[in-house]
Amino acid sequence: MRHRVGEIVCAAAMAALLAVPAAAGSNGTVDAIKKRGEVVCGVSTGQSTGMSTLDNKGDWQGFEVDFCRALAAALLGDATKVKFAPLEFKVAFASLQSGAVDLLARTATWTFSRDAELNLDWAGIYIYDGQGFMVAKKLNVSSAKELDGATICLTGGSTTELNLADYFRTNGMSYTPIVGNAREQNQQNLEAGRCDVYTNELGGLASSRTAMKNPDDWVLLPEVISKEPTGPVVRQDDPRFRDIVYWTLATLIAAEELGIKQANVREMASSSDNPEVKRILGTTGEFGAMLGLSKDWAVRMIEATGNYGEIFDRNLGQGSPVKLARGLNRLWTDGGLLYAPPFR
Amino acid sequence: MNGRSEIRTWVSPNWRWLRGWLSQASVLLLLGLGAVVATQNLSDNLAMRGLSLGFGFLWQQAGFGIGFSIISFTETDTYWRVFAVGVTNTLVAAGLGIVFATVLGFAIGIARLAPNWSVSRLALVYVELVRNLPLLLHVLVWYNLLVRAMPPPREGISVANVAFLTNRGLYLPAASASNGGVVFAALVVAVVVTLFWVYAGRVHQYRTGRQRPVAAVSAVILVGLPLLTALTFGARFRIEVPKLHGFNFIGGYSVAPELVALVVALAIYNASFIAELVRASIESVNRGQRDAAAALGLRRGQMLRLVIIPQALRVLIPPLSNQYLQLLKASSLATVIGYPDLMNVFAGTALNQTGRAVEIMLMTMAVYLAISAAIALASGIFNHLTRIVEQ
Repeated sequence: MRHRVGEIVCAAAMAALLAVPAAAGSNGTVDAIKKRGEVVCGVSTGQSTGMSTLDNKGDWQGFEVDFCRALAAALLGDATKVKFAPLEFKVAFASLQSGAVDLLARTATWTFSRDAELNLDWAGIYIYDGQGFMVAKKLNVSSAKELDGATICLTGGSTTELNLADYFRTNGMSYTPIVGNAREQNQQNLEAGRCDVYTNELGGLASSRTAMKNPDDWVLLPEVISKEPTGPVVRQDDPRFRDIVYWTLATLIAAEELGIKQANVREMASSSDNPEVKRILGTTGEFGAMLGLSKDWAVRMIEATGNYGEIFDRNLGQGSPVKLARGLNRLWTDGGLLYAPPFR
Repeated sequence: MNGRSEIRTWVSPNWRWLRGWLSQASVLLLLGLGAVVATQNLSDNLAMRGLSLGFGFLWQQAGFGIGFSIISFTETDTYWRVFAVGVTNTLVAAGLGIVFATVLGFAIGIARLAPNWSVSRLALVYVELVRNLPLLLHVLVWYNLLVRAMPPPREGISVANVAFLTNRGLYLPAASASNGGVVFAALVVAVVVTLFWVYAGRVHQYRTGRQRPVAAVSAVILVGLPLLTALTFGARFRIEVPKLHGFNFIGGYSVAPELVALVVALAIYNASFIAELVRASIESVNRGQRDAAAALGLRRGQMLRLVIIPQALRVLIPPLSNQYLQLLKASSLATVIGYPDLMNVFAGTALNQTGRAVEIMLMTMAVYLAISAAIALASGIFNHLTRIVEQ
């Protein structure tokens, strides 16, 4: 009897090990998505107002969320074919590397070492941000240079953690970091007074401010101590998928520049005389087919989410509680950094 | 007929021998095969994602700060140092948790058996209330209590103006002494002399049946010798009191609220289990032993210390060491309140900064395994030393 049990255990162990061979060739993220019928999108944990959050009807809302929907509309022709995976920052890159999600559409800063070492690619930049500080108004602090000795809340494993260390070291100041796993944990710690300061990307801070009990009790300090370009991240194994994600973003930007909006996209597709609008919207040429997409992919996409400006406004800008200024995220024609390559 | 039965007697013992070896060998073979397949899978999967294994990252500069560490740490230290900080922070939290859980657990376990009705009921209520709530809840409750209910540093609760309780932690005065080395040496000598005196007292009692004043003399030696040395050599004690400066208190010792919350939660939760183990082990000692001790005229305390607990220990040690292992592993809940233990600072922050998931997870697993093995080994040795030699 004892031998029998031993044999069964051995057999089970063998089966388990054999059953986990090298995961099916991950060449072809696009094929996998089409076969599955949905895009699996890694976003911020669902309490980041403006970026990704669950509204009171249980629907996902936010900038990151809308980008995922635009991609699903472009790739599958249906903006609802997205599965959202809210990820803490700590596990985000590992989840993408292991294939648990198709892409990350969350605040993940593009840096040299991440690009080179994680074997991941940034498919463009959708928010040009910078790191700042939020403090209680009653502390009467007007500059980050006055923060010597402060206790600072931040998110573990992020670039903000590294920038903060650099900034305090170069300015000869000391600090105590209190590391949270997610934005809501940092907000709670700040509200409770566990830390004096919360440091994060300005966009994130602006949205955190709206989540505080009394937003007027908190101020953002004027210093911006880093460049934080964030964008969608993909694995390096499928260049075609990277292209599709990049051109999803570029098309949203070009649409704003060309005045293509959620409300008028169908009308422009049939009546516009602008040759570039016609190429983007598939009225002329075979641009969709070049990426393996349908002819009217851009129409469906813009119809679902609107152009870049509409997405920004709805979630982060004046049409949202966050009221974040466009800043660097204006079109190049307005003095910002957003610029889409030509559709030729 | 005759031939077959001969063969059977000839084959049978050897076949058994062979079967024993074959089953051992096949288990080893299967294990080996499993290891090969697993390693192959790992390297295939890594190669497909263009990743490689390597521990070179350990010598890179980490570049981030850590809020609380026992050993010194600055942003320019390496990931290897981050690892060391994580390990020591985990050891401190788990070690303190084990000490407090054991003391509290013994007290409550013995209280459950107390003849006083209300004391034993109170202990029962504690056990049932505490062990039926998840540990995560304990951790969060204590943390929120410490951070939210305590005042900010500028309004900290002062204890005689030398210690301060705030939502940033507990600030205590730090003592240091010039000539500290000599005083410390005197303390060591005092401890050795005391141990010798205790041993001599035992021998004396064994030979003559009379007790010497062991406790009183020990106390005089332990306090007197270092004090005398300090007075002779003129040691100057300096006490550094924490002072409010800018945002926080500086100077003195500070204990982070994350550590306090974690240790308190671990101790209180595990004490409820240890109390039950202690009660069960005491009840496992034959009633006759208690009656015999009472017949000899031993007081309740003496009876517990000299007769019951030594016999209860052999029942208690194995499950108690299991409880310690549980506590060690549960200390990784530190990550939900941001205490920088191994899981948080190494398997969390360092992992994300470097992307070296496989290497870091292997190292983390090895550490927990090593600490667990050390606990198991220590309890094995202790069990061996305290075992009862049957006549």
